[in-house]
Amino acid sequence: MSEIIMHPEQSTIKHTTSDLLTSNRIDHILARLGVRRSEHRVEPGLYALGNPTEESPVFVSANYTLSFDALRSSLHGIDGYILVLDTMGINVWCAAGKGTFGTDELVYRIESTGLCDIVRHKTLIVPQLGATGVSAHKVRSRSGFKVEFGPVRAGDLPEYLKTHTATEEMRRVRFPLSERIVLIPVELFLIPLPVLVATVIISLIGGYMAAAGVISAILAGVVLFPILLPWIPTKDFSTKGFIIGGLVALPFAWSAFQGASGGSDTTFWLHPALALAYLLVMPPITAFLALNFTGATTFTSVTGVRREIYAHVPKMAWMFAGGIIIMIILALMRILGGV
Amino acid sequence: MFNSYDSNTLEYKPELCINCGMCSTVCPHGVFRAGEDNGKGTKTRAKLVNSLACMECGACQLNCPVGAIKVDNGVGCAFAMMWSAITGSSEISCGSGSCCKPSSDSVELLQIGRKK
Repeated sequence: MSEIIMHPEQSTIKHTTSDLLTSNRIDHILARLGVRRSEHRVEPGLYALGNPTEESPVFVSANYTLSFDALRSSLHGIDGYILVLDTMGINVWCAAGKGTFGTDELVYRIESTGLCDIVRHKTLIVPQLGATGVSAHKVRSRSGFKVEFGPVRAGDLPEYLKTHTATEEMRRVRFPLSERIVLIPVELFLIPLPVLVATVIISLIGGYMAAAGVISAILAGVVLFPILLPWIPTKDFSTKGFIIGGLVALPFAWSAFQGASGGSDTTFWLHPALALAYLLVMPPITAFLALNFTGATTFTSVTGVRREIYAHVPKMAWMFAGGIIIMIILALMRILGGV
Repeated sequence: MFNSYDSNTLEYKPELCINCGMCSTVCPHGVFRAGEDNGKGTKTRAKLVNSLACMECGACQLNCPVGAIKVDNGVGCAFAMMWSAITGSSEISCGSGSCCKPSSDSVELLQIGRKK
């Protein structure tokens, strides 16, 4: 994969194959876990896949290993060139959204690799999701190369290459269960430290049960929510999160409420108060994490997310603060009043 | 209250359309449909068929050669937007947001909310 060959036209072309090695698969797992997230990179530049000729197709990709490997492993038995843009280790769609997978970088790579001396045709196959950063008509006027937007998924390329037209299905982005589930590990690996600190503080205030409640609310937001996303009622991610967080809080509230049976007359309200605290603290935690999942989805608009933030984040803050205050009061009463 | 996604900033001026087919090609959500043969030897214009499915990625606007499409585009990521609001910056590096893989150097910046 890293073997470098010199092309007759003195330009450096790296060589690659469509085979994924064990080391590639380990790299993919680490990337999915969020381990050294920014370091899953391929060197930008031009790669020869198989034994391409000057008539072979040119595919454009990002220098993120998951993107590059998805492309080359989809091209079994196909000879071609892969032009890797420097997206700083970011996948095609996200990089296109930021403009690093964009017109300027593409035109620069075409020139710096001397592509027009290597292939005789003037066509580049760019992944459809790159269109957020790549303007086909501008690339053409600046470099002479015609951008052809291929399918969304590299796996559809062999089918696409037969006719160079994509079916409607190949042009659509979906967000199926499998794609939502692979996002869970990276989310889990991102939350540990602040969450651990918060959980320790909560357990000091409210005991182990309260800490378990907070952890449950977090897991509901990070694990349950992505899995259940399309089936939870309402459109807003925050309200979906409130629903899931509320359901997870119910057993905690119920068990706190049940504790009331043995209480004396003066402390009968302590247990309902604790139950209320669970219902106030847990749902906004899940709702907040659910709202943050918008960034990982394939369909939320800026306008909608902005409206969601204004509509729901203040509610989350008030509920959470209210619940924590109740927990603190109960803790103080337990310490000072011996109830 | 329960649906913040019932409107967006997508605007389309069909009178400018030359039916090049780019908008329907690049859109990942089928918001546009390419013009069809109208039986008179010419083609009709692109049609806005599912405006509410628009996620404001901006691909159609960027690839419309005649400027018939306008959208206030950006990345719909709540974490990134709130972070930029808290820190008062219009741009942030996409850190622990799940959409993007961060860079170790903070050179890589994400335009939040809207692109200027």
